Amino acid sequence: MSAVILADDIYVAQNIGFGIIAAVMIIGALKVVTSKNVVHAALALVLVLGGAAAQYLLLAAEFVAVTQVLVYVGAVMVLFLFGVMLTRAKLGQEGDLNNKNAILGVPVALLMLGVMSWVLIDGFEDTRLPQDGDQVSVQALSDSIFKPYLLPFWALSFVLLAAVIGAIVLARKD
Amino acid sequence: MLINNFLLLGAVLFCIGVYGVIARKNAVMVLMSIELILNSVNINLLAFSMLHGNVDGNTFALYIIAVAAAEVGVGLAMVLLIYRNRKSISLDELSEMKG
Repeated sequence: MSAVILADDIYVAQNIGFGIIAAVMIIGALKVVTSKNVVHAALALVLVLGGAAAQYLLLAAEFVAVTQVLVYVGAVMVLFLFGVMLTRAKLGQEGDLNNKNAILGVPVALLMLGVMSWVLIDGFEDTRLPQDGDQVSVQALSDSIFKPYLLPFWALSFVLLAAVIGAIVLARKD
Repeated sequence: MLINNFLLLGAVLFCIGVYGVIARKNAVMVLMSIELILNSVNINLLAFSMLHGNVDGNTFALYIIAVAAAEVGVGLAMVLLIYRNRKSISLDELSEMKG
C-alpha cells in the first residue's frame, strides 16, 4: 500500500508540470480565438505551440518537440506574422474579427467537448502511461520513417514541393 | 500519469480550434485555429505512441507537422492573393461561388 502511494508521489512533479503547462496552453488557445487584435492572437498561438512542445517532452518524444519548436515557433509563426502584417493597413485594433453569428460556435464546441470527454473518460478510465521514461531515440524514429513508412515520406516530399511551387505561383505578381 | 490527462487536453484544444474556425471572419485567424486543431491531434498521437511503446505515433506526428507547414504556406499565399484582389480577407464577403 505504501509502495503504491510512494510510486504516485514520485511522479507528482510530472503531474504538476503537466497541469501548469496545460493551463497555460488552454488560456493561450482561448486568447487565440477571442482576441480582438490579430497580432496578440498570433503571440498567444506561440504560447500554445511552445506549450505543446513541452507536452511532447513529457510524452518522451524529444525529437518531435525539437521539430515543433523549429518548424512551428520558428517558421510557421513568422509566416503568420508576415500574413498578418501584409493583409491590413495599420497596427492596432481591427474591425470585427468575428462572424455575425459567432455565438453559434459556442454550443457546437461545447457539445463536441462533452461527447469527446465522455467517450475518453468512459473508455480509458484510469489507464496509466508507462513510467519508464525512456525518450524515443532518434535512431528508432529514423528506422521507422525510412523503413516501413518510406512511401508516405516520399508522398510528403511531393506535397512539400507542390506546396512551395503553388505558393510561389499564387503569390507572384504578374 | 493518466493518459486521460493528455487526451482531454487534446480534446479541449480541438474544441477551441473548432470554435475559432466557426466564429472567426478573418482568414488568417481561421488558419491559426486550424493550427490549434492539428496540434491537438499531435498530442493525441504522441500519447498513444507512449502508451503502446511504439514509435509509429512519433513518425506520424512528424508527418503532420510537415503537412501543416505546407498547408500554412499555401493558405497564406491564397490569403495574400485574395487580399490583393479585394482589399479584404473577410471570409463572409467571398460569395462568388454561391450557387
